[in-house]
Amino acid sequence: MSSEIYKDIILDYYRNPRNFGDLPDPDVRAKDSNPLCGDIIEMQLKVKDGKVDDIRFKGKGCAISQASASMLTEAVKGKTLDEIKAMGKPNVLELLGIDPGPTRIKCALLGLKVLKLSVYGYLGQTVTDEVKRLV
Amino acid sequence: MVERVTTINVSKLREDFPVLKRQVNGKPLIYFDNAATSQKPESVIETTDRYYREYNANIHRGIHKLAEEATLAHEEAREKVAKFINAKHTEEIIFTRNTTEAINLVAYTWGRANIGRGDKIVLTIMEHHSNIVPWQLLAQEKGASVEYVEIDSEGLLRLDEIDKLIDEKTKIVCVTQASNVLGTINPVKEIGKAAHRYGARFLVDAAQSVPHMPVNVRDIDSDFFVFSGHKMLGPTGIGVLHGKSENLRKMPPFLGGGEMIREVHTTGSSWKDIPYKYEAGTPNIVGAIGLGSAVDYLNAIGMENVHEHEREISKYAIGRMGEVKDLILYGPRDAAQRVGVLSFNLGDIHAHDLASILDEEGVAIRSGHHCAQPLMEFLNVPAMSRASFYIYNTREEVDVFINALEKARKLFAR
Repeated sequence: MSSEIYKDIILDYYRNPRNFGDLPDPDVRAKDSNPLCGDIIEMQLKVKDGKVDDIRFKGKGCAISQASASMLTEAVKGKTLDEIKAMGKPNVLELLGIDPGPTRIKCALLGLKVLKLSVYGYLGQTVTDEVKRLV
Repeated sequence: MVERVTTINVSKLREDFPVLKRQVNGKPLIYFDNAATSQKPESVIETTDRYYREYNANIHRGIHKLAEEATLAHEEAREKVAKFINAKHTEEIIFTRNTTEAINLVAYTWGRANIGRGDKIVLTIMEHHSNIVPWQLLAQEKGASVEYVEIDSEGLLRLDEIDKLIDEKTKIVCVTQASNVLGTINPVKEIGKAAHRYGARFLVDAAQSVPHMPVNVRDIDSDFFVFSGHKMLGPTGIGVLHGKSENLRKMPPFLGGGEMIREVHTTGSSWKDIPYKYEAGTPNIVGAIGLGSAVDYLNAIGMENVHEHEREISKYAIGRMGEVKDLILYGPRDAAQRVGVLSFNLGDIHAHDLASILDEEGVAIRSGHHCAQPLMEFLNVPAMSRASFYIYNTREEVDVFINALEKARKLFAR
């Protein structure tokens, strides 16, 4: 693990999370936790024309889990639901700008898992094993 | 009488542990995760290696030379363990995989035969999951109840409550001798007396005490006493159940299979005497032999000295941690009332973030719920960081740890 894990940008997103809170009238919401450390993330989405129109997240946990969830909400605004379904670990690592290492990667991927859960929930589709295995 | 060495020569002793020469992230390893598992000295590594190189064989029934040697070494290990905890008889030592399996053995055999509807199982709020879940499963199956002794603000058991909780419905009282979170050393002898007054059995979870302080099962007068090898310099996969022989002889067997039978017929079978009755299948032979070697190593140092060293380093660490702003330390302030397990939180930094930052400095600590979720709930804390010490840890290492904590605090305070 590089000593860059707590880069200023991650700490900044942790202390001042973007898109934190509730949407007034979300079309879908999903919530999950990491059983290993108890980190919790909830995502709320507003969908329009198959795209993410607005998004908020709430949660509790370590800096990596909260910062990556917040970064994700910014990155997916305006994206199509299909594009979100196609996202994976590399997208999250790119947002974070670091690889948090094999133990902490689960923290980083919790936000993506919950985002995907909400997309599958909105579409009324069965969640794939690949998504379940993220965290 | 074993000759007492007055102090531990830590710098000399550290040379016995190959892993302590390692660098982590370019820094010397500082291993403060001993409550999870201890490191292993050269003598234990060599002993296990020698078994595979020189006399690897299955034990008990082999007639050939290697089987004889392996059987002898395995049974010698049992004797060493029996003496180490002052068991009355060597056959009272049953080898298991770990503490968890030892507790499950008691719950499945003694528990199923003796716990019924309306009976009560008394635990404490500071138990590890391994001393909670087997009893919950048993209680569900039998319609019994599980009750918990709580702790005071210092992290000490409410002894006044114990007397109220234990009654004629109570069939067993299960208590940790030293908490893996708070470090609290519990007065097990007194608790055992309270249990026995009502005719209840008494189980002691000694996973965090046997590696760190002298113990005496005859003095404690426990009915069941359980611990793991890997936390006391031995290999993983070997644990111990000590039981009074009169109890063990009456209990039904645990796992059925080879090694534990006297005779097997199509219509039924009969069991060997203890301890073999509870050791079905080929056991962890090398694990037991390695544990015997770990006992030799600890005996050479002397458990009083081990305890004294850890008390001294805990006292120093508690003092230094008190200097760190926003640090909350859980458990008794007085180092004399605890083993070298220090759980804490630093401001609002999540325990996992703290562990990552410390890892960057080469300091290995643990973070999370420490397999004690009921205690976390009781204290209303989602997670804690934990530093835990052993014979090879030094004040200098504590200083590096404190500096790393300061670094984390500053990083998150900006």
